[in-house]
Amino acid sequence: MNYDMILCGVGGQGGISVSVVIAKAAMAEGYRVKQSEIHGMAQRGGEVLAHLRISDGEPASPSIPMGAADLIISFEPLEALRHSRWLAADRGTLVSATAPVKNISDYPDLETVLAELRKLPRVRLVDADALAKEAGNARAANMVLVGLASTLMPISAARLEEETAAYFARKGQAVVDANIAAFRKGRDAGK
Amino acid sequence: MSTTLPFPRNMSSTSDTGIAAKNGSDVGGAPAVWTLMGDEAIALAALHSGVSGAFAYPGTPSTEIMESLQSWKEAGSAPGCPDQTIAPLVAEWCSNEKTAYESALGASFAGRRAMVSMKHVGLNVAADPFVNSALIRINGGLVVVVADDPGMHSSQDEQDTRILADFARLPCFEPANQQEAYDMTRAAFDFSERHEVPVVIRITTRLAHSRSIVALAAARSPNAVRKAQDDKAWILMPAIARKRWRVLLDKQPQFLAHAESTARIEAGSSELGVIVCGIARQYLLENMADLEKKLGARPTVLSIGTYPIPVGKIRELAGRVKRVLVLEEGFPHVEDLMLGVFGAPVPVEGKRSGTVPLDGELSPEIVRGALGLPARQLLPESSLVTPGRPPQFCQGCPHGDSYTALKEALKAYPQYAVNSDIGCYTLGALPPWNAIDSCVDMGASVGMARGAASTGLTPAVAVIGDSTFYHSGVPNLVDAVSHKTNMTLVILDNDTTGMTGAQPTIAPASRLVPLLQGLGVDPAHIRQLRAHRMDHDKNVGIISEELAYEGPSVVIMVRECIEWAKKLRNI
Repeated sequence: MNYDMILCGVGGQGGISVSVVIAKAAMAEGYRVKQSEIHGMAQRGGEVLAHLRISDGEPASPSIPMGAADLIISFEPLEALRHSRWLAADRGTLVSATAPVKNISDYPDLETVLAELRKLPRVRLVDADALAKEAGNARAANMVLVGLASTLMPISAARLEEETAAYFARKGQAVVDANIAAFRKGRDAGK
Repeated sequence: MSTTLPFPRNMSSTSDTGIAAKNGSDVGGAPAVWTLMGDEAIALAALHSGVSGAFAYPGTPSTEIMESLQSWKEAGSAPGCPDQTIAPLVAEWCSNEKTAYESALGASFAGRRAMVSMKHVGLNVAADPFVNSALIRINGGLVVVVADDPGMHSSQDEQDTRILADFARLPCFEPANQQEAYDMTRAAFDFSERHEVPVVIRITTRLAHSRSIVALAAARSPNAVRKAQDDKAWILMPAIARKRWRVLLDKQPQFLAHAESTARIEAGSSELGVIVCGIARQYLLENMADLEKKLGARPTVLSIGTYPIPVGKIRELAGRVKRVLVLEEGFPHVEDLMLGVFGAPVPVEGKRSGTVPLDGELSPEIVRGALGLPARQLLPESSLVTPGRPPQFCQGCPHGDSYTALKEALKAYPQYAVNSDIGCYTLGALPPWNAIDSCVDMGASVGMARGAASTGLTPAVAVIGDSTFYHSGVPNLVDAVSHKTNMTLVILDNDTTGMTGAQPTIAPASRLVPLLQGLGVDPAHIRQLRAHRMDHDKNVGIISEELAYEGPSVVIMVRECIEWAKKLRNI
């Protein structure tokens, strides 16, 4: 079993937390994980990109080849479009938030971006911010996306919730609860 | 194809325990298995090797090596080292890579194991002690970790550290994955002591910053302090150095023999031989299933993880196959040796043949193409062009305010030079700032402004950060004061080494003005300003005064880095 996923967004969206939670959940389920990150520019408004490779064997390349990703989880629609060609043409699914981060002057028209994303063979777009607010914490949009993606990944929802709780434990029960609630909202949206 | 080269790991069982790494699990007597970044694996290996002195200057992608050591030291525990069992060690940021290297050399002199880590261009800075340390008799094992950045993710160039190791006539280990990074670092300390030379570990960004499973080996205690024995082997006066050089030359066959013994040929089809150096093996493995389908068998593969280049193994490979493909990150180091003056006995493909690009880093797609495999079917390209997000100053960064004031002060002049340096403020080159003319290497800002001004291009302004100033700006300023150069040095003091993730500057901000005065800058021309838009008009006025002053002047723009402030609050 090999499952390759890409997580992408803009610096400051909690992309790295998500990749840590998913990686730990995968390992807890007995898989080997290879994870690579492009970081250093993230806090300066740049793109954040993580490649997460889950396998019961030993993933070879630290980066996922173009056309090989089973799943892309994107926290931002333009980043989703940027990385969409990493999807495996025959089976890859893209899950993306719809709220744009417009920190550049030449950000394209949002509807055009979303329309391009809808052309992909398997795509789930979600207003993660809105669902996060409904769940009680506007900043947990990233966990909404993980919840939605959990309907696609070969990792149990229970394990993902366990690792989410462990990851946010140091921030107190209220934060843990909000992130679990956001996860569940996203999962429901994905079913 | 096996995943690791035969480096001794000092353990009784293999890493393939079937235990998926629940981080930190010690399962019965089996070794602990952890998920570690390449940088972390190296740092941990040093810790387990009993390192007593670790020294570095921040530099992507090597920064995390020192950060890991410092955080384990502070916590008093690390993977494979249960609570409070970490032996005392020094883990210090230094002014620059040369001083870091020299500190490591001193620790080795004292009999203690030492490690110095840096990015590739850092080795240029440390080149003097590096090359000369090959001649002295290393005492405590000394490991030099250099993280190259092919593709220049965050560097000014993409030089290949293997060439510098070769230049110094030193052995170089190049891991392919995180397990090898751990194993090779452990072996490097032993090798260094056995052969009495420093050992280079060369990694690249992808390995440094990616995480994978690593099986750990039992930790070993540090060496005791034991001064280098008095046979003058540490004194490079010509008469002695000539002897030491002969000793180093005489060691080369041993280094080569070791490289030959760790290089491994895995037999396969005679249609194709592939030489993979370091991480390139991972990209070959990625494409192996498809390659095997195409060839009807796997190619014959030579994995190289140690230098000098194992020429014996290369000859053996060439004797078994009809053609060879060379896959290596960086310069065509192995490939060029094979091609030589007279050419190779079989066709050799690689960077020189155009099969692999000469510049940039390797990737699974590039290697796939080099292997002659068809590209994967991709989804159609979108007609919408996705604009990039070039890095910019953080919201509220002081550098924006500094550049705004500087630019306005310079408007009065028809011609000027703004020579800048390496740090977040280099982003001043981009729109909307377009504020700087040059950025070449650490400290070049001060030297270049001095050279431009002294030969007639004025006003000449050097723009440098506080950490970079301590790194290499100071000697250039000494020149400026000594020769009374008519230039203005602008120090952007945000009290941190920002671009690499906010590490502490080597000296506190309060030390800067006394230092400048001590160097002989006229106190009347050392100005301190707050880098804030509220002080814009005042700042423009003062900068203008110093631009007009005909002599060396310094303007310090002070305001704390936003990211550094956040980091401090979180401690």
